[in-house]
Amino acid sequence: MSLRILTENIDIPELTSFEVYRKLGGYRSVEKSLKTMSPSGVMEEVKKSTLRGRGGAGFPTGMKWSFLARGIGKPHYLICNADESEPGTFKDRYLMERNPHLLIDGMITSAFALEANTAYIYVRGELFRVLRILEKAIGEAYANGFLGKNILGSGYSLDIFCHPGAGAYICGEETALIESVEGKRGNPRIKPPFPAIAGLWDCPTVVNNVETLASVPWIINNGGEEYAKIGVWKSTGTKLMSACGHISKPGVYEVKMGLPVEEFIYSEEYCGGIRKGNKLKAVIAGGSSVPILPADLILKTAAGEPRLITYESLSEGGFETGTMLGSGGFIVMDNTTCIVKNLWNFTRFYRHESCGQCSPCREGTGWMEKVLYGIENGEGKMPDIDLLEDVAKNIEGHTICPLGDAAAWPVRSAIRHFRSEFEEHVKLKKCPF
Amino acid sequence: MSLLKVTIDNLDVEVEPGTTILNAARKIGGRVVPPAMCYYSGLKGTGGKCRTCLVKVSKSSATDPRPMPKLVPSCSTIVQDGMIVQNITSPEVLEARKHIVEILLINHPLDCPICDQAGECDLQNLSYKHGLADTRYEFERRTFEKIDIGRFIQLHMTRCILCYRCVYLADQLTDKRVHGVLFRGDNSEISTFIENVVENDFSGNVIDVCPVGALTDKTFRFKSRVWFTKPYDAHRNCEKCEGKAVLWMSGTDVLRVTGRKNEFGEVEDFICNECRFEKKNTDDWILEGPRNISHSSVISQNLYELINEPPKEPPFNKKD
Repeated sequence: MSLRILTENIDIPELTSFEVYRKLGGYRSVEKSLKTMSPSGVMEEVKKSTLRGRGGAGFPTGMKWSFLARGIGKPHYLICNADESEPGTFKDRYLMERNPHLLIDGMITSAFALEANTAYIYVRGELFRVLRILEKAIGEAYANGFLGKNILGSGYSLDIFCHPGAGAYICGEETALIESVEGKRGNPRIKPPFPAIAGLWDCPTVVNNVETLASVPWIINNGGEEYAKIGVWKSTGTKLMSACGHISKPGVYEVKMGLPVEEFIYSEEYCGGIRKGNKLKAVIAGGSSVPILPADLILKTAAGEPRLITYESLSEGGFETGTMLGSGGFIVMDNTTCIVKNLWNFTRFYRHESCGQCSPCREGTGWMEKVLYGIENGEGKMPDIDLLEDVAKNIEGHTICPLGDAAAWPVRSAIRHFRSEFEEHVKLKKCPF
Repeated sequence: MSLLKVTIDNLDVEVEPGTTILNAARKIGGRVVPPAMCYYSGLKGTGGKCRTCLVKVSKSSATDPRPMPKLVPSCSTIVQDGMIVQNITSPEVLEARKHIVEILLINHPLDCPICDQAGECDLQNLSYKHGLADTRYEFERRTFEKIDIGRFIQLHMTRCILCYRCVYLADQLTDKRVHGVLFRGDNSEISTFIENVVENDFSGNVIDVCPVGALTDKTFRFKSRVWFTKPYDAHRNCEKCEGKAVLWMSGTDVLRVTGRKNEFGEVEDFICNECRFEKKNTDDWILEGPRNISHSSVISQNLYELINEPPKEPPFNKKD
């Protein structure tokens, strides 16, 4: 049985209730941190754990917290980014649906470390069920004195509010999320200033992913150094992987950092191999926006090393032969999959979700979608493939927020690794699948 | 605070702390000034959207000699002491800019022959300078029905490049904004919600800040081409605004009144709707004399001499 930090008791159906969660040792980290530790002490533990942001970018959480502008006479805010909308990623939803108190537990400790008295959970608008569960859990935490004024007699007060989104993927970008919480149109802000300096209502703000905050209680209970022992090198702890696609057992799995990708796909404990005994064709390892990799490159790096589930191993080889761990949305495709059609579907998503603020992303995503639709439906020409690559290249790095990059990377990687399939579509004047 | 030294295209300039790269370049003047379609120095919060002013920072500052990893928007990037910026001396910047122009034009109707803005259009100038001769976009362009937003202003969304200037202007100059950006992505459009009229004393300024012909003056539409009219500086005593305007005349007829634009195409003093739309008689105004247009546009051709020195050429061969 592998180590479980986030999903330890997740199969107990009553875990969503305060009593059950508390009986199983929940909220111990709140007691420990509020009664025996200082805010900087909590932050030190998180720094020692080398926990990295689980939302996709993998930025060290302790370092992010240390950037917070303290002592400038403005209140601090903690926002939990629960606007999980990346195609292929559904780990946060699973965690919040089944163990909402773990998130609240982690948020109280984190907000204490950040000396924030108000925290928000920005929940994806479509997740009605999660919102109800969270609201109930927050109510229970208030009723039991873990939220509100003077928590456990420590003199520390915290309010947590749920803020449902209105159905925009872009609001998962932290500055667009902040705009949305402020009640404005969810357009990303131009950075700098970063939210740690001027975020919500121009005050210092930290935005963290659900899984990141849910990892904090274990770190406080067991110590940052213990956490750092799990995993490989700079990728410590465990990661929730939401596996989907052509595998025998899709679902959310908690894996120790450093698990070989091959074992993750083929072992019975995790994905259980490719469905119907088909052949593995390609994998998108970290949600739709990371580069797609063909079977040989996902199982082994270009240097022949086995590919592991860590930030470093998956990105080895850069974008030429590597990808990214991203948010852990693990999409597996077998040999019946049309890469072009799949890519068209993703590009259609990015076109729909572009906020329309800056021109390369607004017009470029639509352009790519139209070209891909043409190729998939037999109307493509050979120069279209180069055109597509050029458009993607010119979006990448030229936009306000990473949505432009997220739209460009899948296109560039699909052409890089599966160019022959695009050419086949053009030659046959139809989809060969 | 002491001044900061910045080098843009091998030309040195000293600027106040807090200045953006774009404004530092404007201080140098000439060809090293990056084009800006959405930034407007008089309007807070504008900029960063069109991406035409992207530049390369090859040295971040005197203390941090690393280059910035991506091209940065010069309109919203603050200079550091010792920063080295490349604009037209960087092939990467010019290549990126060419593509941005292509992107801005893919849904633009290119109806310049019938557009009132032609001749003083920022997008037209940008395309001449940085655009490609051909387009690679083969799909149907986005078109809109004309939207009626009141007596004086014509909104023609088909031409809009979504620079957001008019939105910021309405926020900052008028007491209540009734128009804004609806929808998202390539469905975004400027409109009022719902079927509202844009009408207040300063609403006419959206016409001046619009870089393209999406917002035009209904009292001037199709009256004349701008290069056939002669601009005169004029002023009048106005209770609402400074009353400093430019009259665009044909003979003794005042065809159009606008604010006074500087060499970067930005209005210095915003004027009120009364001055703009309702004072179309020379008797209403005190004429100061012909206006010299130094803005690089066809309206400055043949009519008046340039008021500024010829643009400086950056020394391309200078190595750091």
